[in-house]
Amino acid sequence: MTTRWFGAPVQRVEDDRLLRGHGRYTDDIDDGALECCFVRSPYAHARITSIDVNAARAMQGVVAVYTAADLPFGGVDLPLLIPHPNLTHGRTQRCLASDVVRYAGEAVAFVVAESRYIAEDAAELVQVEYEPLPVVITPEDAARAEHLVHDDVPGNVAAELLQEVGDVAAALAAAPHRKTLRFRYERGAANPLEARAVWARWSIAEHKLTVYDSTQSPTSIRGGLAVLFGLAESNVEVIAPDIGGGFGPKIMLFYPDEVLVPYAAMQLGRPVKWTEDRQEHFTAVNQERGQVHEVEVGFDDQGRVLALSDDFIHDGGAYTPYGIILPIITAAQVPGPYRVPNYRVRFRDVYTNAIATSPYRGAGRPHACFVMERTLDAIATQLGLDRVEVRHRNLIQRDEFPYTVGVVWQDGNTVVYDSGDYPELLDRALKRLGPRPEGDHVGRGLAIYVEGTGVGPYEGAHVQVLVSGKVIAATGIPNQGQGHATVWAQVVADELGVDVKDVEVTSGDTRRFPWGVGTFASRGAVTAGNAMYVAARMVATKAKQIAAEHLEANPDDLELVGGQVRVKGMPDRGIPLAAVAVLSNPVRYAFGGGTEAATQFAARPRPGPPLQDGEQPGLEATGYYSPPGSTWAAGCHAAYVRVDPKTFRLEILKYVVVHDCGRVINPLVLQGQIEGGVAQGIGGAFYERLAYDADGQLRNASFMEFLMPYATEIPAIEIDHIETPSPLNPLGVKGAGEAGVIPVGAVIASAIDEALGIPITEMPLSPLKLYELSRRNNPG
Amino acid sequence: MRVNGVAHPAPGDPRRLLSDHLRHDLGLTGTHVGCEHGVCGCCTVLLDGAAVRSCLMLAVQAEGHEVTTVEGLTRDGAPLHPVQQAFHECHALQCGFCTPGFVMSVLSLLAQHPDPTAQEMEEGIAGNLCRCTGYASIRRAVMRAVELSRK
Amino acid sequence: MKPPPFEYHAPASVEEACKLLGSLEDAKILAGGQSLIPLLNFRLARPRHLVDINRVDGLDRIYERDGGVAVQALVRQAAVEDSKLVARACSLLSDAMRLVAHRVIRNRGTVCGSIAHADPASEVPAVLLALGGHVVARSTQGERTVPAEQLFGGMFETTLAPDEVVIEAWFPGIHDSFAILEESRRHGDFALAGVVRAGEKLALFGVAPTPVLADPRDPTRDLEPSGDVEATPEFRLHLVRVLTEKAFAA
Repeated sequence: MTTRWFGAPVQRVEDDRLLRGHGRYTDDIDDGALECCFVRSPYAHARITSIDVNAARAMQGVVAVYTAADLPFGGVDLPLLIPHPNLTHGRTQRCLASDVVRYAGEAVAFVVAESRYIAEDAAELVQVEYEPLPVVITPEDAARAEHLVHDDVPGNVAAELLQEVGDVAAALAAAPHRKTLRFRYERGAANPLEARAVWARWSIAEHKLTVYDSTQSPTSIRGGLAVLFGLAESNVEVIAPDIGGGFGPKIMLFYPDEVLVPYAAMQLGRPVKWTEDRQEHFTAVNQERGQVHEVEVGFDDQGRVLALSDDFIHDGGAYTPYGIILPIITAAQVPGPYRVPNYRVRFRDVYTNAIATSPYRGAGRPHACFVMERTLDAIATQLGLDRVEVRHRNLIQRDEFPYTVGVVWQDGNTVVYDSGDYPELLDRALKRLGPRPEGDHVGRGLAIYVEGTGVGPYEGAHVQVLVSGKVIAATGIPNQGQGHATVWAQVVADELGVDVKDVEVTSGDTRRFPWGVGTFASRGAVTAGNAMYVAARMVATKAKQIAAEHLEANPDDLELVGGQVRVKGMPDRGIPLAAVAVLSNPVRYAFGGGTEAATQFAARPRPGPPLQDGEQPGLEATGYYSPPGSTWAAGCHAAYVRVDPKTFRLEILKYVVVHDCGRVINPLVLQGQIEGGVAQGIGGAFYERLAYDADGQLRNASFMEFLMPYATEIPAIEIDHIETPSPLNPLGVKGAGEAGVIPVGAVIASAIDEALGIPITEMPLSPLKLYELSRRNNPG
Repeated sequence: MRVNGVAHPAPGDPRRLLSDHLRHDLGLTGTHVGCEHGVCGCCTVLLDGAAVRSCLMLAVQAEGHEVTTVEGLTRDGAPLHPVQQAFHECHALQCGFCTPGFVMSVLSLLAQHPDPTAQEMEEGIAGNLCRCTGYASIRRAVMRAVELSRK
Repeated sequence: MKPPPFEYHAPASVEEACKLLGSLEDAKILAGGQSLIPLLNFRLARPRHLVDINRVDGLDRIYERDGGVAVQALVRQAAVEDSKLVARACSLLSDAMRLVAHRVIRNRGTVCGSIAHADPASEVPAVLLALGGHVVARSTQGERTVPAEQLFGGMFETTLAPDEVVIEAWFPGIHDSFAILEESRRHGDFALAGVVRAGEKLALFGVAPTPVLADPRDPTRDLEPSGDVEATPEFRLHLVRVLTEKAFAA
């Protein structure tokens, strides 16, 4: 069967309504909803001694003000989403704090009013008395543990995990050369342009809770609300409508509002909506990226890595709702595309008085890439070798797959790379990059990464051909701009031989498809994409079976092309797919649309009951895909930059990406993902910084001072790709959502390092940072 | 005030921002709110044909003026405006949240410079944030919009 | 974030505006709003009264007088940017306009508003200072001229009385060498440090509580800039030296 849509740069079917301004984001939904505002702690660590909400409650237009004492679940800790045996001291927060607050922004009271304006006025009248407590902000301070974030967590250590492959101590001792290095990443924030929002309605008549939530996992929210409120899951509907960007923070689940807004709706008999504003997004939405690494590497005269030991601290924030997935990912990804025969990694996930950390695009991988790439550059510098040559000597070769790294992956399996061609990525990237531009203070940046994508447990899809011939498809995972409606339509349209415009996809709506996990970790194409394939294939098989009976042909001789089921090579011997849909449902009463053909006195193709054992009516199927393990994408980024030696302004002269995400479903969508990822990486490397002071206050909690790049800061990039199909799934695809961002820090750091002749071992950078580093390097 | 050619009364509460008035009082939710401090550009609309941040205007200030939002560019069922069409062709939107703001900014650019230089095009999109696309496709869309507008 | 409650007034004439400012306590003028409304939205400014002067007639002219360019209170920054008159008579001001934020902000923001707001990192007050211009302020007591050197009292503070409205800013023409240079993190951002050269005069912005005049040969003398997330005092001094050198190199 020829594939028409797979691999084609199909323009997106979802664009039209978004361009017309008919997108439907959670805050767009009113329906008479009350609006809300939180009272949040201004202190990063404090004991609450009193909360007085009387004045707020009395304000005109205020409908309710809640504190922990008012909630039946006020003493219940929010879920710890990903337990792990090494997470010995996991802690989660409560919806509303009443005893101790542990980060600036932690919610203390919840105000519901006729409008957000009034709610904010009322919130100002809530009086909370705090006794400030000592603040722990940096990961180093946390590890020193002069002060504790949780009284019952010794050393501020939530978890510690040590893994070893081979014998690092012996290999280091025997290595001809050894080097110790320290790397430091500061916190970063995703900042999707749509901040978070939750809308909820409780229908007394139907005993049903309906929630719209700008979340990356509606199925999880639904499950949790059902459990918390003692409802049957079928009485809870969660819909992720249009979402204005996710990038990770929206896969953090059960933020306090996700519980409080539905609760208020149930209590108050009116819909309730909470929309975050940007300032609170900075202090109340999860962040990521804070880590400090101490590396010791042993290598030979050729620059081959013989042993690597990485001991790192992960800034977990004040609570650990997301478990220790992030440092597990970092630990697993440090070796990257390189052979590290003896690898030892230990991490401590520590508490700090800042908002909790959970995945932000890249999710632990940027740090891992930074560590390995900077280490290889340091090896090259020490030996006086070419850094490209050093990489070639360490890269896993194309005949070494599957390649076992040996440490644990975020799905509980061992890291095994399934396929790839790393030397080709490097060679192509350098070829595309071309010769160094003329001039002073120009540096070349380079980094190669691998990315574990497509984790399970599974995703599912429902595909149905309607009697009109149109196709509807649905999956449980939502989309935040990745073009799922188009990409899944391509997969389904290929299997059913229809036009992509005739496939309508619904995603992220538990009313339509209640099973699934979520959109994160570059898994959508692999899991939901393959589930769509499985379901569509089942529908195609059934269509052929039904058509075969009516055409008196063998199902194996049939194909689905142009909306028809027909005998291969005989376009005149076929029946429309729409007619097959009609025939799939034996009826007593015709109701138009060709259904006369399915009634009892019409020609009957086979004896026996209209539906045989195991058969179901309708041309539809539900299919699932559960990956045996992650499938490993990879890429190489290379760039030239110039740094102004006086102002330390960064100019990116050329930026090249060569990546491999297996077979590509839609190159246009993929290009957009990579371009966006690189931009986010550049922002995180040189413009964005979360400036916490010693009191745990975020000094730059606004877009005026947290500097996300505009178009003027992002250069054009060149993209090339290779395809090493995944042997692990039917479509042969690998994930690509995070690819653009992962190596950018390493690329920018190494380029600036070369341009200025200053060792760069930290992220983020800025003109100020470079000025200070250069002064330290060349005093006077 | 007139919004997309239709007369509407101003809200009673003077502190109501134009962005909120458009979205929640008039039901024109195509204009989005990303920051409420004038930096992100998601709320950009046209005031008498020139781009402004609706989050930095009080709704009452729009009285006597002509406001154009993204919904005013083309009727339901009618073809997309050339700027919208260009964004579609160039895959210059992903989540779509910044898109109406960009479209209105590009309209304002083309009103000021119907045949913009590369520098003018860059300036024209320099005040809007996008977190999804990395801007490359948006640049392509601006060039395509110029082409389509010429036809 | 939504603005806190206030009483809203929209006078139709300068006289009415002055009367309101003279009689109301805790009133702020709303002109372009591009600086004030963000402050209201952050609830960092909470004036009891807002006097919106956008409906006042006859305050939207750019015209020449006394060898310079007069820009009235309601002239938008975009209008100054596009003005052929300004390009001819005071090209430095045209150049400065292009550095102010982004076009969309300039479509609403006013030149006089920018001066009255007196953000130390803002370009227009520094241009006024470097050129030796003045503002014309009116109240119920009458009108007075305040030269730039006497106008800026501190961070976000002019020396004007609460009941005075800036109705016009006057920029002397410049025909010597001039330049405006700034270092900012992103295109359109506030300057970490900036310099305005008008002939042999130098004004600095972004490095002191107000724009300040400086000696081109020793621009950082007596300068004590503050530090923030993006620039330490030392880095600011360094940038002042770099930018001054560049401005006077031509």
